[in-house]
Amino acid sequence: MTAATDGRRDVRDSVPPGAPAPLPRNRSPRPQFIAYLYMAPAVLLVGGLVLFPVFRVIGFSLYEWSGAGAATWVGLENYASMLRDPVLHRSILNALAFVVTYSFLPIVIGLVVAGIIGRYQLHAIPFFRTVLFLPQVTTVVAVGVAWRWMYSENGTINSLLSLIGIDAGTAWLGDFTWALPAVGLIGTWVMFGFCMILFLAGMAKIDRALYDAARVDGAGAVREFMTVSLPGLRPELTVAVVVTIIGALQTFALVYVTTAGGPGHATVVPGFLVYRMAFRAGDVGGASAVAVALTAVVFLVAIGLARLLREKD
Amino acid sequence: MGRSERWVMYAILIILTFVVLIPYASIISVAFTPEGAQPSGLRFPTELDFSNFARAWEAGGFAYLLRNSAVVALVVVPVTIMVSVLAAYPLARMRFPGKQVLFYGVLAGIVVPYEAIVIPLYFDLSSLGLTNSLLGLMLPQVALFTCFGVFWMRAAFTATPPSLHEAAVLDGANSAQVLTRVLMPVSKQAITTLGVLVLIWSWNEFLLALVLIQDQQLRTAPSGLGVFVGQFATDQAGLAAAALLVTAPVLIFYLIAQRRVIAGMLEGATKG
Repeated sequence: MTAATDGRRDVRDSVPPGAPAPLPRNRSPRPQFIAYLYMAPAVLLVGGLVLFPVFRVIGFSLYEWSGAGAATWVGLENYASMLRDPVLHRSILNALAFVVTYSFLPIVIGLVVAGIIGRYQLHAIPFFRTVLFLPQVTTVVAVGVAWRWMYSENGTINSLLSLIGIDAGTAWLGDFTWALPAVGLIGTWVMFGFCMILFLAGMAKIDRALYDAARVDGAGAVREFMTVSLPGLRPELTVAVVVTIIGALQTFALVYVTTAGGPGHATVVPGFLVYRMAFRAGDVGGASAVAVALTAVVFLVAIGLARLLREKD
Repeated sequence: MGRSERWVMYAILIILTFVVLIPYASIISVAFTPEGAQPSGLRFPTELDFSNFARAWEAGGFAYLLRNSAVVALVVVPVTIMVSVLAAYPLARMRFPGKQVLFYGVLAGIVVPYEAIVIPLYFDLSSLGLTNSLLGLMLPQVALFTCFGVFWMRAAFTATPPSLHEAAVLDGANSAQVLTRVLMPVSKQAITTLGVLVLIWSWNEFLLALVLIQDQQLRTAPSGLGVFVGQFATDQAGLAAAALLVTAPVLIFYLIAQRRVIAGMLEGATKG
């Protein structure tokens, strides 16, 4: 706290004694230049290490560069070759598949479960909440290691399947057909508890009188959910959509640990492509172009959905 | 609500609990399977064998990895809190030109994907001699978490009653005193929650740690585990033990601070 306690005085505080009391807070007409001093560390750090790199990566994307030696200006060529690259096309399709498993499925599961149990006060909810939130705080690499085992040939999934008489014997993550849904469903596992708890918290805020009114009108559980719960949950729903979609688009660690994009390019995603191109294949320019495109999409999703929320509020 | 209805609801929750817990149970059972014995799906080993932990601890250098992660988190958490609190104060309570621009600049940082900035960070930090050092990892982590921290603390400061602030100003308090004696004590809860969230994020952060540090002895626990997975891909039991070593500290912390973690994450997401 050294910068805050260095004894500098606020502009507003230097009013001579006897003068009328200054107007408090923001209503003060005079700008308080000490604000810049307070903001300096954050501005330097965020500006230098978060925002400036965004402009740097845009610059990188206009060059052909291996990461060492001289870089050649190529203009938009990296973007053009990116758009022609079948691996990138695959990664976009895979990212869309992840939007289904990271976002759509957890939200649907969360809504259904919250819709069923959210109308009632159940005991032991804190216990379930603690457990259902666990995947959110578990280190993603460890999650990946656990699911590598779950999906392996002798793993838990195959054991469970054999309990119901299916002898799959598949190494799921090595299978061209199954690897993508298998990795995607890990996202569902990570996200559904978060969505459900978010929705339950949202439903607790909905006015009980609305439910009573619906019941008086003779609404069944489903209609009650559609007419009372769902509209009341709109803020939480928007949050869940933004958080899970951004999570899906930025998947990296999970793919890195479980499949490294394989088999073939079956589970390659844009985030992993950026890493592999820049730090494994020595195509810094191409990787930067993908990174810029990814950032643009994430910004559009975040801003677009945030605006949608604000308009309706 | 009828008795049977209540049981149906508990049944749903119990099934979901199983779905969440099965991977944890599986990996714990594999980690304790004696070396040489083929681990298999749902069977728990009859006796506990700690040799996998010992082997992973040695082979992966987890003594270094866990220590590095602890050092990074212990620096990143207080520095992030400090920088965030300082920047949030004028955004919440002062008037100055450029306030909106600065606020939206920091806000934009929340959604910048790590994948986008890791490339320039690697090359620029390396030309400054800051790759392969814990400092070079702490700095971008602080910067990234500060984006959320400023946002979070601004909301907390804005929510404190203006009368407190005004009373302190009338008593002759300068701006630093208003911050440290009025706003910060009143916002103790928000500051603690921020610290808890940043601790978990810092411990679990993977991509920057993987790229910015190559020296195995300087890696953090998650990135060390990531590399370990590549090297010991066939040693299921060793990997399981290693994964538990990496995530156990953060899970224990979660179980202790769970109320605050859950409330913080829900609120953080809602406000973000």
